Amino acid sequence: MRSRLVRQIEDRLMGWVFRAAGMMAVTVLLGIFAMLVYNGASAFRTIPWVEFFSGAEWRPSAYGRPSYGIGAMVVSTWLVTSGAMMLSIPLGIGAAAYLSEVASPGVRSLLKSGVELLAGVPSVVVGFLGIVWVGPWLARVTGQSNGLNALNGSILLAVMSLPTLISVAEDAIRSVPRHFKEAAYALGADRWTTLLRVTLPAALPGLVAAVILGTGRAVGETMTVLMATGNAAALPGGFFDSVRTMAATIAIELGEAPYGTPHYHGLFAVGGVLFLMTLSFNLLAERIAARFRYRA
Amino acid sequence: MLATSAVCCREHTYRQLTIKGSDTEVNLVVALAEAYMERDSQVSISVTGGGSGAGIAALINGKTDIANASRAMDPAELALASARGVRPVPLILALDAIAVVVQADLAVDSLTLAQLSGLYRGTVRNWRSVGGPDLPVSLYGRQSNSGTFAYFRDSVIRGEYAPSLKQLNGSAQLVEALRKDRAGVGYVGAGYVRQADGTVRQGVKVLKIIVLEGRPAEATLSPEAVYGGAYPLVRPLYQYVDGPPKGALLAFLRFCQGEEGRRLITESGYFPVPAAAEDWSPPPTTWVDDAK
Repeated sequence: MRSRLVRQIEDRLMGWVFRAAGMMAVTVLLGIFAMLVYNGASAFRTIPWVEFFSGAEWRPSAYGRPSYGIGAMVVSTWLVTSGAMMLSIPLGIGAAAYLSEVASPGVRSLLKSGVELLAGVPSVVVGFLGIVWVGPWLARVTGQSNGLNALNGSILLAVMSLPTLISVAEDAIRSVPRHFKEAAYALGADRWTTLLRVTLPAALPGLVAAVILGTGRAVGETMTVLMATGNAAALPGGFFDSVRTMAATIAIELGEAPYGTPHYHGLFAVGGVLFLMTLSFNLLAERIAARFRYRA
Repeated sequence: MLATSAVCCREHTYRQLTIKGSDTEVNLVVALAEAYMERDSQVSISVTGGGSGAGIAALINGKTDIANASRAMDPAELALASARGVRPVPLILALDAIAVVVQADLAVDSLTLAQLSGLYRGTVRNWRSVGGPDLPVSLYGRQSNSGTFAYFRDSVIRGEYAPSLKQLNGSAQLVEALRKDRAGVGYVGAGYVRQADGTVRQGVKVLKIIVLEGRPAEATLSPEAVYGGAYPLVRPLYQYVDGPPKGALLAFLRFCQGEEGRRLITESGYFPVPAAAEDWSPPPTTWVDDAK
């Protein structure tokens, strides 16, 4: 038997270990942010603020004067992401509702393992399917000459964000207390009405969280969109235009941008903007989720 | 560490050779190095890509024996080299012709340089304007850190690329995309579309280039047109070394220009440097101004 003192020391020590582990995430996050700000801010010594934020053209290796405007790639990023969400939100929440409310236990376990396997498909493989399969199919169906466009990226990103969306949404729906549903049935509501009017509204905070996590997965995804969307730097006019997202631009160019040049710092500034975008989106969505939670 | 080992080896015979640089050249040089190592088991050669700029930087820092480069060193690089006591010697490994590629079914067989420039500037947006079908043009190119991207910008477009240019991450992917796009046009090093027997890969077509409008001669991508100066999009692929080569380095460079080396260059789709000066007339330099 160990003495009381040893146990106390042990407790104290483990307390510190776990506190350090908890702080680690915040420290790394702050470190990344500081590094992005430090490198990105240097960009504005040579690139005017107005050009960077309001210019549409990103042309670091120009014939004449290079231009560094992030307009087109911000629009492209949101175009691809919003397209992906339009496809994956109804599909994902529908699938989650089916899994938790309708499917028999056998079907459910089979489908759940399928969804989990889908999460394990590497993004390069998804991008490859986009080139050889989704692209040509889209070109045929839509009458375009090629399928390397924003819609292709949206479809692939929808597939990639589905596993996250389905798992989190399913958890949310299953955690709705059983007596909510029983009360609805007792009032004479059928299963469809109960699902639509009672279960889903009660699960709303969790569903919002599921959508946020799915969007987060889509907005920063690099490899798939880089391979499938054609990477044209132009301001897109619609889903049939070829687009280049912020993440793809950084991935393509950072490896070869000479260290310390405006191009190099400019890419860090793009990374900083992408980081702020996802961060503010997450914070906002957390607010929304919290508000719904109090009302429920 | 690396600098001292380079000094030690320069006085004796080379045993370990390091080659770094251009991605256009990397597959060809790997083939040459493998063939050479089979002949001479005393020498081991390591070849890496990274781009022309990376190879030249490594040569200046004394970290490579040969820098592969698909462009000449620029004045800033030459100044830096002489400041570090490095004396870069350019050797031409082979000639590379840039092929302008479309899908095999497209009803266009040739373009003038002016039309090509117009297509890539975005001023010509429909194939109808250059005698083809009524289809909006879909432009393909390499990503902006590629030497081929820069060559095409400076020598053909002589202006800015249209923003609608789709930038693909490699020459092989570009050829695949063009096979599927009935309105696409793109450019790659000849090695990616020309096979060893001189035929073109299935599904794509290499356009003939008309240097001057109204001039009857169309330049097909063929050895005769490349060596005769009729095909305009030709550039040398360099190997830079530090000072006059000696020992195993010299032996390897000789091997590259020897019978087997030249055979490997041809098989990879590139064009060996002619043995005599009169066998090669470079493309006229005046055509570029007419292309505007």
